[in-house]
Amino acid sequence: MTRILIPSGALGLGYDQTALDRGVAARPDLIAIDGGSTDSGPSYLGRGLSKYTRAGTKAEWAGLIRARQAAGCPLVIGTAGTCGTDSTVDWLVDITREILAEEGLTATIATLKCEQDPAQIARTTLTALPGAPDIDADTIADCTHIVALAGAEQIMAALDTGADIIIAGRTTDTAIIAALPLQRGDHAGAVWHGAKVGECGALCATNPQSGVLLLDTDADGFTVTPLADGACATPHTVSAHMLYENSDPFILHEPGGYLDVTDATYTAIDDRSVRVTGAEWHIADAYTVKLEGARIAGYQTVALVTIRDPHYVANAAAWCDDILQKHAAKVTARMGPQDYDCQLRIIGQTATLGALDHSPAPASEVGVLAIVTAADQTTAHDIAKLLNPYLLHHPLTRDEEQPTFAFPFSPPEIDKGAAYAFVLHHVMTLKDPMDAFRLEVLA
Amino acid sequence: MIVRDVVTKVRSKNAGPFWLTIDIFCGTPDAFARIRDGLSTDRVATALAADPAAIKRFDIAPLHVVKFSLPRPTVQGALDDRDMHGAGWAPLIAELDLN
Repeated sequence: MTRILIPSGALGLGYDQTALDRGVAARPDLIAIDGGSTDSGPSYLGRGLSKYTRAGTKAEWAGLIRARQAAGCPLVIGTAGTCGTDSTVDWLVDITREILAEEGLTATIATLKCEQDPAQIARTTLTALPGAPDIDADTIADCTHIVALAGAEQIMAALDTGADIIIAGRTTDTAIIAALPLQRGDHAGAVWHGAKVGECGALCATNPQSGVLLLDTDADGFTVTPLADGACATPHTVSAHMLYENSDPFILHEPGGYLDVTDATYTAIDDRSVRVTGAEWHIADAYTVKLEGARIAGYQTVALVTIRDPHYVANAAAWCDDILQKHAAKVTARMGPQDYDCQLRIIGQTATLGALDHSPAPASEVGVLAIVTAADQTTAHDIAKLLNPYLLHHPLTRDEEQPTFAFPFSPPEIDKGAAYAFVLHHVMTLKDPMDAFRLEVLA
Repeated sequence: MIVRDVVTKVRSKNAGPFWLTIDIFCGTPDAFARIRDGLSTDRVATALAADPAAIKRFDIAPLHVVKFSLPRPTVQGALDDRDMHGAGWAPLIAELDLN
């Protein structure tokens, strides 16, 4: 049997300290936490930066380092620093060393680096996954960062070093949980299923934001127990978690194979724990790792104006269309032909859904969010500045009195810097799981 | 009658940057049957301007859930994307008419 303590769905989301203490007292074999996700968009990978602050990350990570010390077991983080680039692994190593020094603790640190050289990936044979964008070698080579998602095999190699703290770059959410129980020979289907259920912490239970979860895996199945007061796992909450952010609620692909939970059965053990058996693990013919990459799509300047005049609120779409047309002509007249994108999104009508929204309810006011994207920041800024007279004073018809609309800021233009785009939804095949990854035990 | 009148909750989320998944939590066997039989995949496809053939549908009776997964109408974070986390498509589905 293997016992994994999962403090929360991600470092940065916070965890219940009392529940974590309970988890430590339950003598876990390993503490595993995810450090990232693509869910907040391509900018973090594009820049190689964490979504969360250094101070917030340090406070939460210090609590887990103390928990590790008390439990006497390894602490593993996957996808360190939101995106799992080499830079975010180094960032967390730096934070870790600072914590150890401040707390007077010693611990061996191992790092697993997952970043890939875009020029080399551009020359590698890749297989597109369903829904992948059309890309060519130049698009790939243009990426500012590409990471490969490590699986359980690379985490096992890191565990084999005997390190106390393992800081991994991009990994699958489940791999950091699955690696140790797989090494110990627990039921592979149960291990992967339990890892999937547990990877978001207590999200598979009631009181989902409490975070802390205990996962026991063994030769036949797994048991999941949330540890915070008021948090209960039920057969329904646990089975329903397979739906979450999963395109297929029964199948989960990992580097070395896939999990099938079609025949799983969920049984309540008591009023807070659930026992699950019946999931199956299928080994794949080839060992494939998924790639994620981001490139700069352009540089952005945004502006926001709000409109309260009922006549303009009612005709906001026509007003925006007219502005876009006149603005485009002015850009060409003033700046010459430009390659850029300009969008006006009407907040209060269709900003969230665009043309798909057929029946927005009437609002008393609207905001118009202008987004200009161009090849460089100066061009984006200048094009946005040419919008300003229209956003301020554009009349719906030539005959009406010149209107004036509400700007919340001066200046109204806000330079956003680079906008990034995800470009890879592909896998590459490896002969050996460690081929694309670098494992290091730090002195 | 629209979807929202019958079900407990409609949730849409990213399933990675390139896929969207929509979970309709019906709450009861009756509501599940109503959605399963009254909400066609074609209607969902039309609402999302998507190819019906690209939509994966799961009618999950034990959970009283009907789930749709499809390539994201816009890739997450692309210049035309309006919703980084993909949660905003749920009301569109919740407002669909039922047969």
